[in-house]
Amino acid sequence: MLKFGYLAMLTFTVVGSFWLELVLKIKVLKRIKRALMSIIPVAIPFLIWDAYAVANGHWKFDPDQILGIYGPFSIPLEEYLFFLIVPMAAIMTIEGVRSVKKHWPVGDEKR
Amino acid sequence: MIYSDIAIVGVIFAVFFDLYGVKTALLSKSVFWTSYAIIVPFQLITNWWLTSRGIVTYSPDAIIGTRIAGAPIEDLLFGFALVLSTMSLWVYWGRKGIQPKN
Repeated sequence: MLKFGYLAMLTFTVVGSFWLELVLKIKVLKRIKRALMSIIPVAIPFLIWDAYAVANGHWKFDPDQILGIYGPFSIPLEEYLFFLIVPMAAIMTIEGVRSVKKHWPVGDEKR
Repeated sequence: MIYSDIAIVGVIFAVFFDLYGVKTALLSKSVFWTSYAIIVPFQLITNWWLTSRGIVTYSPDAIIGTRIAGAPIEDLLFGFALVLSTMSLWVYWGRKGIQPKN
């Protein structure tokens, strides 16, 4: 079970945010193209930072608490998923707030 | 302190991106700060999980050493930059007509 340590955190984040899709009908997953166009360009510099930090020992991941699957630059799979799931949760959060506070401007309303 | 330095640069970049890059000005909007206020407690919980169990460990040389809920304070800067940049880009694409809600 130990190796699911990091994955548990990611699961928690998915569970904690994706329910908004069902309950508040925010339709973020239905707009997956826009979501990925927002997530990936931001994730790339953060992953470069991650690779640099790992290579230089600024931080490290416990090999016993991750699945042991590594992507490019010796970054664990969980870390790649982090930069997809956490930003997705952020988008769902702002859309969730918007759906509750309909009068609050966001900046992408039709004019 | 290198994590601190990069994290501060990340925040500065995210702020400029929002205000002057894509000009979404989320920093001036209630919808952003309310969303961020919701996100921070969850970040503290997940950070605590990752750091208290030693899933992620930080070199003492890379951080200033101030910790919140077990995690380096730099993580809050990192999270802020990540969340603000992504939301700004999301709003930017919406403004450009990419998959608006209806």
